Amino acid sequence: MSALLQLRNIHKAFAEVRVLDDVSLRLGAGELVSLLGPSGCGKSTLLRIAAGLDREYQGVLQLDPQLERGRGNGIGVVFQEPRLMPWLSVAQNVGFADGWIAEDKWIQQLLRDVGLQGRGNALPKQLSGGQAQRVAIARALYGKPQVLLLDEPFSAVDAFTRMKLQDLVADLAARYEIAVLLVTHDLDEAFYLSDRVLILGGTPSRLQRELAVPLARPRDRRSPQLAQLRSEGLTELYQSHAL
Amino acid sequence: MKALSLAIARGLPAWRPRLNDLRGWVVPLLLLALLETLVRTGVLPSHQMPAPSQVAQTLYLLAQSGELWRHLSASLLRVGAGFVIGAALAIVIGTWVGLSRRAEAYLEPTFQALRAIPSLAWVPLLLLWLGIDETPKIVLIALGAFFPVYLALLAGIRNIDRKLVEVGQLYGLPPLTLVRRILLPAALPSLFTGLRGALSLSWMFLVAAELIAATRGLGYLLSDGRETSRPDLVIAAILLLALLGKLSDSLLKTWENRALRWRDSYQGGEGGA
Repeated sequence: MSALLQLRNIHKAFAEVRVLDDVSLRLGAGELVSLLGPSGCGKSTLLRIAAGLDREYQGVLQLDPQLERGRGNGIGVVFQEPRLMPWLSVAQNVGFADGWIAEDKWIQQLLRDVGLQGRGNALPKQLSGGQAQRVAIARALYGKPQVLLLDEPFSAVDAFTRMKLQDLVADLAARYEIAVLLVTHDLDEAFYLSDRVLILGGTPSRLQRELAVPLARPRDRRSPQLAQLRSEGLTELYQSHAL
Repeated sequence: MKALSLAIARGLPAWRPRLNDLRGWVVPLLLLALLETLVRTGVLPSHQMPAPSQVAQTLYLLAQSGELWRHLSASLLRVGAGFVIGAALAIVIGTWVGLSRRAEAYLEPTFQALRAIPSLAWVPLLLLWLGIDETPKIVLIALGAFFPVYLALLAGIRNIDRKLVEVGQLYGLPPLTLVRRILLPAALPSLFTGLRGALSLSWMFLVAAELIAATRGLGYLLSDGRETSRPDLVIAAILLLALLGKLSDSLLKTWENRALRWRDSYQGGEGGA
């Protein structure tokens, strides 16, 4: 299977402090991969490099040529905060990539997908945190991306909203056949959502281990296999002195 | 803290807002009545402090002879032209300096130095260079309007959340599109603050320009009143300036409220906290 997005031997330093040391990863079509690690381990930095927002690194970022053909660069990004333009309506935020010429039908479809039908004319200030993040997800999907990069997208919402949003993303990624790279510090989230979990840790950070999650979907959050994998992940984090 | 939450929780009866609008009139009306009484009873000499009724009569006569409109239109045109030219230049240059560190390095020190010159100091030079017709007046007003807008816009752009700009980069917006779609809308609140400051300065510089060399305009009316020892004329001109200043500011404020409807900021509470 050819990788849609590949990071090879990434090294990154902030002012002489090395953050990432020789990190490599690949994301195949339709795959859901989590990058798990404690805060400050450079996992967000790695995602920013993959998104093309950080160009000062050593190593190779390789995108599948078919990604480049899509609108934008075929990659959607959702940040930790919604980052909506406060002066634009919800619908205008979703269609931000195209501005005036945004496709209204597609916007309405996406708003239905994220459960915000009829709220297109609302302003961001009228939304709750969870709703705003739904708009951000719709905006990331607007360009019909094949890769979705998520930077701790559920960490700022309450536990119930988080579970709903996790299911929403898993559902939409499957429906639109999007590969997802998810950065998170939440063990439950990583194992519940992913096909593979990459554990990042140490100073400077390296990939400590890769755990496959060979469970069928839809998954049950209460399943014993999930709990088993989760404790393996936790053990790994302890061993790598990440915690 | 408790008083504040009480004020919010209690809510206000429906008739209160309309009455509230009238509260601002109480002090000026009382002052006017007091003044009228003092002048009529001879406590204040009427050749120095005309009664409000006399000022009203002067205004009426000016309006009837058509003089009033001649002066008003001259002043309005000057302020309008000067303000628009100064603000437009400030928006262009402010955006450029706000975007480019290089432009800032080259231009900021010069602007800082120019700003340190009290704008009225330009008057003699402008008169020497541009004569005494409309041009020096409009240039002076534009000069006065430029700096508030420039400074506010520059600060506004530099205060924009980097995270929003990053969204623009993510979509690969070219620089001019980034300015139009993210930077200017995000800096709009600061821009409006600057514009309103610039407008009130424009009126100030209008008076300065017209006091010195003019045959028409409210500033001319002021100096004419002084030269002919007619305080009623001076006060009438002052009233007109106050009225126009307030009116133009209200227009700008209405526009601001409409354009910044999306803002999610504290609007102040009723009563004291």
